[in-house]
Amino acid sequence: MAQFVQQLVNGLSLGAIYALIALGYTMVYGILRLINFAHGDVYMVGAFVGYYLGRMLNAGSASAPPSAWNFFLVLGGSMAACALLGFILERTAYRPLRRAPRLNALITAIGISLLLENLGQLIFGADPKDFPTLIERTSYSVGIVVFSNIQLIVIATSVILMLGLQYIVHRTKMGTAMRAVSFSHDASGLMGVNINRVISFTFVLGSALAAAAGILVGLYNPKIDPLMGIMPGLKAFVAAVLGGIGNIPGAIVGGLIMGVAETLTVGYLSSTYRDAITFVILVGVLLFRPTGLFGTTARAKV
Amino acid sequence: MIRQMVKSNWLRGLALLSIALLAMSSCAPNENVIRIGVFNSLTGGTATFGISSTNGIKMAVDEWNARGGILGKQIQLIVEDDQSKPEEAAMVVTKLINQNRVVGILGEVASSRTLAGAPIAQKAGIPLITPASTNPKVTRVGDFIFRVCFTDSFQGAVCARFAVQRLGLKRLAILKDVKNEYSMGLANYFRKNAELLGGQIVTEESYSEGDTDFRAQITTMKGANPEVIFIPGYYTEAGLIAKQVAEQNMNVRLIGGDGWDSPRTVEIGGAAVEGAFFCNHYSAEDTSQMVRTFVAAHVKKYGYVPDAMAPLSYDAAELLFTAIQKAGSTEGTKIRDAISQTRDFPGVCGNITIDAERNARKAAVMLQINQGKLKIYDVIQP
Amino acid sequence: MKSRSVTRTLLFSLLYLVILAVLGRTLIPFIGPYYTQVLIFIGINITLAVSLNLILGFAGQFSIGHAGFMALGGYTSAAISFYFLGPLLAQLGTDGVLGTVGEPAALAVALLSGGIAAAIAGLLVGIPTLRLRGDYLAIATLGMGEIIRVVILNTDFVGGARGFTDIPRWTTFTWVFLVAGLCVLVVRNLIASTMGRALIAVREDEDAAAAMGINTTRYKVFAFVLGAFFAGVAGGLQAHYLQYLHTNSFTFLRSIEIVVFVILGGGGSITGSVIAASVLTILPEALRGAESWRMVIYSALLVIMMLTRPQGLMGGREFQWSWLIPRWRKQ
Repeated sequence: MAQFVQQLVNGLSLGAIYALIALGYTMVYGILRLINFAHGDVYMVGAFVGYYLGRMLNAGSASAPPSAWNFFLVLGGSMAACALLGFILERTAYRPLRRAPRLNALITAIGISLLLENLGQLIFGADPKDFPTLIERTSYSVGIVVFSNIQLIVIATSVILMLGLQYIVHRTKMGTAMRAVSFSHDASGLMGVNINRVISFTFVLGSALAAAAGILVGLYNPKIDPLMGIMPGLKAFVAAVLGGIGNIPGAIVGGLIMGVAETLTVGYLSSTYRDAITFVILVGVLLFRPTGLFGTTARAKV
Repeated sequence: MIRQMVKSNWLRGLALLSIALLAMSSCAPNENVIRIGVFNSLTGGTATFGISSTNGIKMAVDEWNARGGILGKQIQLIVEDDQSKPEEAAMVVTKLINQNRVVGILGEVASSRTLAGAPIAQKAGIPLITPASTNPKVTRVGDFIFRVCFTDSFQGAVCARFAVQRLGLKRLAILKDVKNEYSMGLANYFRKNAELLGGQIVTEESYSEGDTDFRAQITTMKGANPEVIFIPGYYTEAGLIAKQVAEQNMNVRLIGGDGWDSPRTVEIGGAAVEGAFFCNHYSAEDTSQMVRTFVAAHVKKYGYVPDAMAPLSYDAAELLFTAIQKAGSTEGTKIRDAISQTRDFPGVCGNITIDAERNARKAAVMLQINQGKLKIYDVIQP
Repeated sequence: MKSRSVTRTLLFSLLYLVILAVLGRTLIPFIGPYYTQVLIFIGINITLAVSLNLILGFAGQFSIGHAGFMALGGYTSAAISFYFLGPLLAQLGTDGVLGTVGEPAALAVALLSGGIAAAIAGLLVGIPTLRLRGDYLAIATLGMGEIIRVVILNTDFVGGARGFTDIPRWTTFTWVFLVAGLCVLVVRNLIASTMGRALIAVREDEDAAAAMGINTTRYKVFAFVLGAFFAGVAGGLQAHYLQYLHTNSFTFLRSIEIVVFVILGGGGSITGSVIAASVLTILPEALRGAESWRMVIYSALLVIMMLTRPQGLMGGREFQWSWLIPRWRKQ
């Protein structure tokens, strides 16, 4: 039993990271009906920005011992950098294609994803790097279950960010505008909403969350490389689809479910099925409940 | 009319195609050098293996070239990177043989990648010596494939004996890498030998090369309460695993195989690998003359103390060059025969005698990570 | 009219075969193993591009898991060759008729089995997923491609994570271009037929096509299965050339490479796919020194293409014989 609880904790930490990435996917899809394939690579860029920032601060060494201050600095810096990246991507690559056929936008997104990955390999080097130690690791025991402080930080940071997002979406004017635009571009445009601004803001927000996920992963599993965004990006996308794409609480629940499912599969079945479970869930959702757990059935007008 | 012809898309296309084809043309091979091919993982997850191994080979090449080369000709080394991927290994070995027309191949460190490239060398009749691939299947590929290190059947026995008899610990767990031949093979030999000696494998879990999160497997292993975790994998994962084991407050000793041999193990694992043991081909602290000379030369040239890949590769290169010299020819079959007849060849990592199975009988050392340094704990003869 | 085009096709095919045989005997030994390898990969990529074009370009289905079919075909044909055909040939010996006919016949059997296996997979994958549209279909096919790959990865008797070694080398230049030519012929004839028009109708507006009484599911699945078949055969050709298979060669990235061939050549244009596949196979070889830049250029090219000329090189048009007459002659 204790082992199961331990696995749950492992799964929830992983799931929290997937949830943060999934939020970006779901928000962009809700507002643009576009699967932003490049989102997983924004997460990767976030991790690398954090790596270089941490190195600049000399984190983990004697001159800059691990501390909360380092962590917040790196987190903030990375989120800002990726917010900018998301803004640029939207402006240069996605905005011109807003009225184009779906296939074009999809291919462009795939192209941007490959571009980021390969530029990353070129600029950062293809070999994996060690993320600097921003926070000292300790473990706490509750009975036979052992938590690492990193796991708690991952979950806590994710929860805070998600609450922040909920606040923005439901309690601010911009948030209301976002919800309006995802409902209908034309109607909200006619009501005086600046569509371009709202879309840019959505990208910025989603990218910042992905960056945060990248930093948290750097803390959790300190090995980063330019291709690290492919699988988590895919898994987070499946999480978004599982929760109902376009649905924000759905993305969170979906992410947590994916994390727990993956951990339990590896723990109780075999590690070879780690990635397979993702696709099984994907196919299952698409075949049996394409609108996801929280999604509503949309009726397409012919 | 000419202008219209030039405007014709056909001609443009044809021009482009011819330029591209011209760009592809490679120079004719130079007959005044001896071309030796090397394939290693210079980039990717096991980059230190490839870099270290290539450095060792280069040292041997420079020494021979300074003495006038082999058979009076300079050695031309052609190095290819397989990016730590088996399918790339197969492709670069093909290229080395077909395009660069090498007469001998050195590589690879990782058994999976040697297994991908060896059949190609075997079919082409080009002798291949692997410096550090320990999986027994490698030399079984054919009579042109040799190795200068011990095999995993020996290494598994050494590690098992160390855990059960030397450390006196009977409850053993194994965490192996399913994506690679070396890890699977070594895990099997460890298990068989440990059970013969009275040890008990309380749990066996797996991961894939490239994974970064092992908490699920570690939590499962924790439930079985092992005293030792045997990690027959490569250094990147070993370091991360050690860290996550420490995180879960487990009271276990960690033992590894020669895949741990890299300066990165301590870099990645940090305090978590302190006190861990692993089996290796040599120790830089060895007091023999050959080791000390080699280590000094390596430090002078590259600035750091070499891990086992460099001296092993140096030995493999020396062996190959000596064989070509003895054979007096660059014909594959003659070189192969010369290598097979190697007896008591002095190597940095010990004397090399190539047996009927094209393997070498070598001693193993058990190293312990002590304050970030590798200290000899035990030496085991075959 | 009909019989004239049939005769024309037959004559052309015969001419093509003769040219292939001649080239195979004369050109190939002359240019050496390296250039032969490039040509063989051109042929394989043409087959892949044209087969995907049928699904993506003509039928308009977002299939981005094509590498999965290639993998399945490759591994199946390799397994059949390694475990049955190879030993069978060795037993029967290589004297007389069997010497010349043995290997090509074995390859034909292996390729056919690979193609059929991939086609069956295409059927099983197509039927449930083809009722999805657009992005969802893309993700579903992506997922299916990955599932196939992971299943193969965990199958030990085909090498699993270590890869499948020692596959007999039976692929030749002639074989590769035979298959490529066949693929082009089949797809071209299909497009010119009723089924082809149905597929194009589905691509343009699926609901309208359904309203016109076209059984959209049946046609979509058929295109899918046929495309998968040829992808499987292409995989078999690759397996019997490289003599080595590893699932790492059949990831999502490979699927995208094939999509790039189709998109850059122009969806709905067989000529475009042939040209794009050829150029994009030669280009990386010409840029051998700048490996790391190659993929950056690739992806940048893709994005720029989609932003500036999304209809691709040929823009959906096909090669016309009249193009061969220089412009200054036509007046």
